[in-house]
Amino acid sequence: MGSFLFKRIFHGLLVLWVVATLTFILLRLAPGGPFDRERKLPPEVIANLESKYHLDEPPLAQYLRYLSAIAHGDFGPSYKYLDRGVSEIIAETLPTSALLGLLALGFALALAFPAGLLAAYFRGSGIDRLCIFITTLGISVPHFILGALLIWGVALQLGWFQAGRWDHWSSAILPMVTLGAAPAAYLAALLRSTLIETFSEDFIRTARAKGVRESAVALRHALGNALIPVLTVMGPLTAALLTGSFVVEYVFAIPGMGRFFITAVTDRDYPLIMGVTLIYTALLVGANLMVDLFYGYVDPRMRTE
Amino acid sequence: MRLGMDDIAVTRTPPWRDPLLLCSLAFVLIVALAALIAPWLSPYGAAGLEARRILETPSYAHWMGTDGLGRDLLTRLLYGARVSMTVGVGTALIALAIGTIYGLLSGFKGGAVDQLMMRIVDVFYSLPDMLIFILLSLLFGRNIGGLLIALGLVSWVRFARIVRGQALQAKEFLFVEAARAMGASRRRLMLRHILPSIAGPIIVTLTFSVPSAILAESTLSFIGIGINDPYSPWGTSWGTLAQDGWRAMRTYPHVLFFPAAAIFLTILAFNFLGNGLRDWLDPKGR
Repeated sequence: MGSFLFKRIFHGLLVLWVVATLTFILLRLAPGGPFDRERKLPPEVIANLESKYHLDEPPLAQYLRYLSAIAHGDFGPSYKYLDRGVSEIIAETLPTSALLGLLALGFALALAFPAGLLAAYFRGSGIDRLCIFITTLGISVPHFILGALLIWGVALQLGWFQAGRWDHWSSAILPMVTLGAAPAAYLAALLRSTLIETFSEDFIRTARAKGVRESAVALRHALGNALIPVLTVMGPLTAALLTGSFVVEYVFAIPGMGRFFITAVTDRDYPLIMGVTLIYTALLVGANLMVDLFYGYVDPRMRTE
Repeated sequence: MRLGMDDIAVTRTPPWRDPLLLCSLAFVLIVALAALIAPWLSPYGAAGLEARRILETPSYAHWMGTDGLGRDLLTRLLYGARVSMTVGVGTALIALAIGTIYGLLSGFKGGAVDQLMMRIVDVFYSLPDMLIFILLSLLFGRNIGGLLIALGLVSWVRFARIVRGQALQAKEFLFVEAARAMGASRRRLMLRHILPSIAGPIIVTLTFSVPSAILAESTLSFIGIGINDPYSPWGTSWGTLAQDGWRAMRTYPHVLFFPAAAIFLTILAFNFLGNGLRDWLDPKGR
């Protein structure tokens, strides 16, 4: 277990290093700079700015400086927000984004388990077909469309919520639904197809023959075995939640990391872009590591490997 | 990666008897045709402004109403279909080309080369694709060509994985072995024997790649970091139209509804189409 963990952590660090390097190269190659203005700045000012941010050094020196800084948790100054460093901005906005992501994940799981179970148990019935249909809708609807329609319908027309605020627990409901809808649909479909297979297996028949109650057959025997595929997709699901979050934060005007990322891209605020990219990658690597650890817990067969 | 319909197995009736599949196919063809003949369909032209007809609700003259500058919304949607279809189909083809070559090489070489090539794919696959699109679009510029390259450079990993898996299997097929025994060259083996035997899964993946690209493009345009090319003869992206509508939503919801419906229905139709094709061409699915 120890060597396995070590290997996974090493692999994660390798991914982080590759991403850091590629982002660095990419942003150096990208045309247009952070100090381009409609009216050209005088060359002296540009020279000053460049020397302040060490942009006049050779690329290799910049790269090494950058690597050693991020190793110390310092993502450098923001070109746009002059009063705050990138690390500060991330520290302020990450909790908001993380809260939104966790809420959406919880929402998705809470919806997917009953839906997947019902659809698989009553396979081929009206409930099943309804579930498949809603699932396809849920996967096809883009975040920004669902979010905009929810704001229009539920917040503006019905007046149940106030849109564009983030100061009360109820402000999180519509963003949570918007971000969680696609994962919920995806998980429900995944559970359905796994459970359909599980229900036809011998141990289910044995349990029924022994006279185990139907509810126990479905919940304890079948559902327990369907957890592994769900665990497997947790990595990609985290990635989907991360990328979904910047659209949802944009639509609902939530002060999270994703919204800062979008404005950083428009402003070409390179340190902020690189910082947020690395945090996203780190979150993803961390999620995948957790999944690997949970495997051993859920499926005893994995422990020996 | 992105979660997509291609991960979900749903069993269906034969394709020619499936009304959902036929409707989806018809819808996709209509959108494609509209994109092709947009200038002849609309009497208004993409840039036709009417200052006195700003933000009108749907009427006989303007079936979907007009936007904030008095432009006919239906005309703008028809032209926008060109952007969506070009990006969707173009990305899918670029990804197909890169991914198929990569996957064939990896699966065919095997051994250490295969391991290394698949590690690279794993890294790409585990990163959120929207993040890479955004970073790449900084490099390639925010026009339709730059976006095509950026999207294509990310989407190929799906093809690479599938083609490689199939190529590994196909290598063991008896007819491939027989061809090898008869002295067929590697090139011939790959192109004449292995590639045709894995055409089914490739076509299915191709179909699912189109809506992914349309979704990515419209999302990027909606949040204001997609195509930014106001003088392009291609028309304005549906995502940008939805963004315009989003700003006017409070009082003129129709300006949002029509572009949103166009995006949603097109993605939905391609997903249903992909589902149907998979059950038909690749019954084992995944």
